[in-house]
Amino acid sequence: MMKTQTQISVRGLTVAYGDFVLFNKIDFDINKGDVFIIMGASGCGKSSLLRVLTGLVPAASGKVVIDGVDFTSASEQERNLLMQKCGILYQGGALFSSMTLAENIAMPLKQYTNYSDKLISELVSLKLSLVGLTGFEDFYPSEISGGMKKRAGLARALALDPEIVYFDEPSAGLDPISSKMLDDLILDINQSLGTTIVVVTHELASIFAIGNNSIFLDGNTKNILGRGDPKELLKNPPNEEIYKFLTRGAEKKNA
Amino acid sequence: MTIEFTKQQQQLSLTIKGNIESFDDESLKLSLLEAVQKHKFQTVSVNAEGLEKWDSTLVVVLYELEKECRRKKISVTYQNIPTNLSRLIELAFMVDRKPSKSQEDSLPFLEAVGNFGISLWQSINKGLDFISDSLSSIGRWFTAKAIMRKVDFLFALQDCSYKAVGIVSLVSFMVGLILAFVGAVQLKTFGAQVYVASLVAIGMTRIMGAIMVGIIMAGRTGASYAATIGTMQVNEEVDALKTMGIPVTDFLVLPRIMALTLAIPFLVILADFMGILGGGFVGVLMLDIPYQEYYRYTKDALDMTNFLVGLFHGLVFGVVISLCGCYFGVNCGRNADSVGKATTQAVVTAIVWMIVMTGIITLIFEVLGI
Repeated sequence: MMKTQTQISVRGLTVAYGDFVLFNKIDFDINKGDVFIIMGASGCGKSSLLRVLTGLVPAASGKVVIDGVDFTSASEQERNLLMQKCGILYQGGALFSSMTLAENIAMPLKQYTNYSDKLISELVSLKLSLVGLTGFEDFYPSEISGGMKKRAGLARALALDPEIVYFDEPSAGLDPISSKMLDDLILDINQSLGTTIVVVTHELASIFAIGNNSIFLDGNTKNILGRGDPKELLKNPPNEEIYKFLTRGAEKKNA
Repeated sequence: MTIEFTKQQQQLSLTIKGNIESFDDESLKLSLLEAVQKHKFQTVSVNAEGLEKWDSTLVVVLYELEKECRRKKISVTYQNIPTNLSRLIELAFMVDRKPSKSQEDSLPFLEAVGNFGISLWQSINKGLDFISDSLSSIGRWFTAKAIMRKVDFLFALQDCSYKAVGIVSLVSFMVGLILAFVGAVQLKTFGAQVYVASLVAIGMTRIMGAIMVGIIMAGRTGASYAATIGTMQVNEEVDALKTMGIPVTDFLVLPRIMALTLAIPFLVILADFMGILGGGFVGVLMLDIPYQEYYRYTKDALDMTNFLVGLFHGLVFGVVISLCGCYFGVNCGRNADSVGKATTQAVVTAIVWMIVMTGIITLIFEVLGI
């Protein structure tokens, strides 16, 4: 059996906006190579948790340890080094509208490597090819569709060969075909590069298609209600809320 | 780390060993591709036995090599290559779409001039349409048919009235001060420096007060109108209004035009007062004009006509600034860059039109003898 190695460890994490507490002292681990799903109902704070994991919002208390380094108390320099290991795909792609796709993807490469311009341009072409956008280097974000923007955003997230890629609602606003294509792409990236994938979503199709580990967040109890492989959670739901969520609101039959 | 290749009769063999990370050897890549281009190989064989670590820079080498081989119809075989590396190369070739952007050729001179003329005509039409829509909204408001929330009007009024008092007071005071200084230098040569009071009083009330308020409000409120409505356009809020059948001019433009047009005359009165105060500060404290004297000359110079001319300018500027701000906001594109452009265009256009309107009003008043 393959030995699992913890890549992200969350301990006693409390997320709050002022006096309003979103989660109280939650714990979970994300293993290297996992496709980890953070799921829960709309408004339960999934995206806020992602913002804490990526350092955009400070945690009220608790620790986020990435590869043995405490991200929450790390210095600015340590954080920057850790963030180079991470790629993030935001809901709308978050591409810089005044730059072409090539310039968008080249940005982290220029920022963090000393590669020649030729190699950067080759890497940009490769990353665009990986997400199925060969030849779109000179396009501006306003000239491509929503699904293509997400894929271009993913190419940018993959620019530095990250060990972890975070996805915020990757399927939001996409048609089923584009959504399936993005799911396949996430799996391909995970399997080809061994990248740890962390996905925030409530799209059931995506959850079952790609996830091999998950947590279910609950806004009422401000805690994690269930964890594990989503397919297993569906087979043996630990509580009514998870069953309802994974079956689109069906009532649980009494055994 | 090594990447080496050997050429045999009909085969090129590439061997990869060790750690291939951050590989940036341009000359090797060039000679490899050159070899593929020049020789008539039937196969290219890649052996990665002994490859330890690798990253995207190795994928780039293999991807470029396979691309060239596919172009020349040469088969590529991989031996001992990590599964994930070969999957990645496969993935890079699984393109589902090709770009369809046409290259824009430079147009002949006459065609370019024609296109410019057409786009100018279209933007004039668009501007006139917007003004006509806004006038219709004002008309609907008079007949109580406009869909405008009072709270929007009050918020806009609050934003462009008392919140602007500080900046308008400060700038007008400084303008009065400068006007007095500049005037005093000239008037002193004739021993007529007491007329500084008249110069400042007439200058501020007739035009300077209104112009200064106009410029401040164009930069402050006009820009804010363009940015707010532009962001609503980006967030599809303007589309939502349209699909709900609510006229954009009623809901977004009307409260802003009304608020600014109502607020500006009061700000002009404030600017006149502060400007005269600034002039008095220089006259009394620096030019040693007795304050009773300064007050008398100021009072004599002030007349209702100049004061009303200033207020009229203010009213016109209010309409111009709010129309420009709202027009560029409503016609903003759908990205962050466009909001920036809309804001700049709103301020620049408002200031240009204010100057143009000042010229026209001055000419009309001159003819009318006002």
